[in-house]
Amino acid sequence: MSILLNTQTKLLVQGITGAEGSNHAKLCKAFGTNVVAGVTPGRAGQEVDGIPVFNYVADAVAKTGANASIIFVPAAFATDAIYEAVDAGLDLVVCITDGLPTIDMVSVRRYMRGSKTVLIGPNCPGVIAPPEKAKAGIMPSSSFTPGRVGLVSRSGTLLYEAGAQLSAQGLGQSTAVGIGGDPVPGTSFIDILRRFNADPDTDSIVIIGEIGGTGEQEGAEYLKAECKKPFFAFIAGASAPPGRRMGHAGAIISGADVTADAKLKAVERAGGTAIRNPAEIGKVVAAALKT
Amino acid sequence: MKVHEYQAKAILASFGVPVPKGQVANTADEARSIAAAMGGKVVVKAQVHAGGRGKAGGVKLVNTADEAYEVAKRLIGSRLVTHQTGPEGVPVPAVLIEETISVVKELYISILIDGAAKSAVIMASEAGGMDIEEVAANTPEKLLKVWVDPIEGYQPYMGRNLAYGMGMAQELVRPMADLVAGLYKAFIAKDCSLLEINPLVITSDNRILAADCKLTIDDNSGFRQKEGFGLRDKSQEDPLEVEASETGVNNYIKLSGTIGCVVNGAGLAMATLDTISLFGGSAANFLDIGTVNNVERVVSSVRILTRDPDVKCIFFNIFGGMARVDIIAQGLVQAYREFNVQAPLVARLTGNGYDEGRKILMESGLPFIEASDMADGAQKAVAAAAAR
Repeated sequence: MSILLNTQTKLLVQGITGAEGSNHAKLCKAFGTNVVAGVTPGRAGQEVDGIPVFNYVADAVAKTGANASIIFVPAAFATDAIYEAVDAGLDLVVCITDGLPTIDMVSVRRYMRGSKTVLIGPNCPGVIAPPEKAKAGIMPSSSFTPGRVGLVSRSGTLLYEAGAQLSAQGLGQSTAVGIGGDPVPGTSFIDILRRFNADPDTDSIVIIGEIGGTGEQEGAEYLKAECKKPFFAFIAGASAPPGRRMGHAGAIISGADVTADAKLKAVERAGGTAIRNPAEIGKVVAAALKT
Repeated sequence: MKVHEYQAKAILASFGVPVPKGQVANTADEARSIAAAMGGKVVVKAQVHAGGRGKAGGVKLVNTADEAYEVAKRLIGSRLVTHQTGPEGVPVPAVLIEETISVVKELYISILIDGAAKSAVIMASEAGGMDIEEVAANTPEKLLKVWVDPIEGYQPYMGRNLAYGMGMAQELVRPMADLVAGLYKAFIAKDCSLLEINPLVITSDNRILAADCKLTIDDNSGFRQKEGFGLRDKSQEDPLEVEASETGVNNYIKLSGTIGCVVNGAGLAMATLDTISLFGGSAANFLDIGTVNNVERVVSSVRILTRDPDVKCIFFNIFGGMARVDIIAQGLVQAYREFNVQAPLVARLTGNGYDEGRKILMESGLPFIEASDMADGAQKAVAAAAAR
């Protein structure tokens, strides 16, 4: 069973009538996900690719049994969409939207303490579980194949890059998760690593991190203490200039211990393998796992 | 988004945080009249976004309004080079004329978001007026921290305890707590990512004042901070970066190499720079074209690269997810034609929309070097740039 998505997932799409919402609702459905509903206030009764649209999340849940949501709502309204989904009692909420104010996520995180809902994102590509034929995300499905590698990344396109390289080596994925590029994500590396560690269908773990913050170090410490599975990490931004926000709000170097090198060293101290060339992620993992 | 010291202090004042008396002067004449109204003995401070002004001659104590005029004349319109700017420095659009203060003690206080704690944190220290990262490294026990739970909010005891922790006299404890309350209110109301007072001074007449203020607004809060974003001073930013953002290319950072990069996704963009570096080349820029499917944005991205004289080769590394390869290809073809770009193009394209995108490129007749993966692309880009 995948760590977040499985064949029992019933996905609803918040913002389904927008361009990206409708496009990706169709793509998730085409991949095999059970997409049961969409939500856009004011558009109840409409349909997107045969998927019924509702005015609000609780209604969609009551009428379709949806247990997960993917959010394509614009940034100015996305925090509200997250609260609505959490309050409707969903198991999983994936917020694709980029641009949520950081302080909003501080409040969301605090509000969700103790909640059964798992929030992935915001500013993320979502989740894909190839063995379950389930996707709540925007990743190109062709880059991912069924397998037993647990893949987790802050970056979207680097997640695809890693997935494609691993798949090319015959190393498919149990679940690939993009936790997003924001400084306060809904779910951090350590939470995903705990799940991979406990997942009987995941044999090894690949982490794609980047400069800024301490999520990778926190994750590495956890793995050192608790994980017997082999793990690998690539950290983007080794060549980034200090003090600049490299696209992601969370990717700022503001002290010695948040550089790519510092994080890679933390991974090595924890017993993992550091990958220093992003073009060799697949090769390095394959070589290590085959010995 | 950074704001100037005088703007930050105006914000602080509106939240009841005491700041030195002062007024901004946009010309040397204004500086003279403001200084005259303040009795002539003032401090003239260059208003630039970069730190390190003092050592660069950007902060001067003067005794008369005429001296204020002379200093302002020298500073306004000049370029100030500090250890935080490049050698080209930054322009000085204005100066802040402030009362002189008799400082007894310098403290430090700031508020920012602590990613590890997932909460706002108020940091304070008796070691004010110095590099706080050095204090954190060498004397961490001198750095006090209070994390503010968003549900609980700021409580007065938090400021009181910081005052006690910094050894402040009893009669200053309540004013300090009020000051911290005002700082936190400002931090939340203005969607700050950083609010730093260094130094926070105690004067000889027992006032606490925010002698300097650095305030950065969360770039993601633009949709609800119209007033704050109206304070943006583009003269303080790299001109190419400003040009880029004015054409919708918001994640462009000028670097100093020769390979112009266009990548979708910040992580992949950083990794592209890393890979180029591993192959012995250097990137001319970081550019995350983002996940919006917009032909114009692609055209603008190529345009900004043509404005950079250092660019000898352009490397498109696109992994289509939300951003589709065919949209990218359309923009690429349009841009190369429109700007008659001479720099060779290396294209590594894959993911959503690849088949249609590749067809568009092939049918356009645009010469390009095709790359099979990121390493291949980086290697070819390094070679192409070196050949020119």
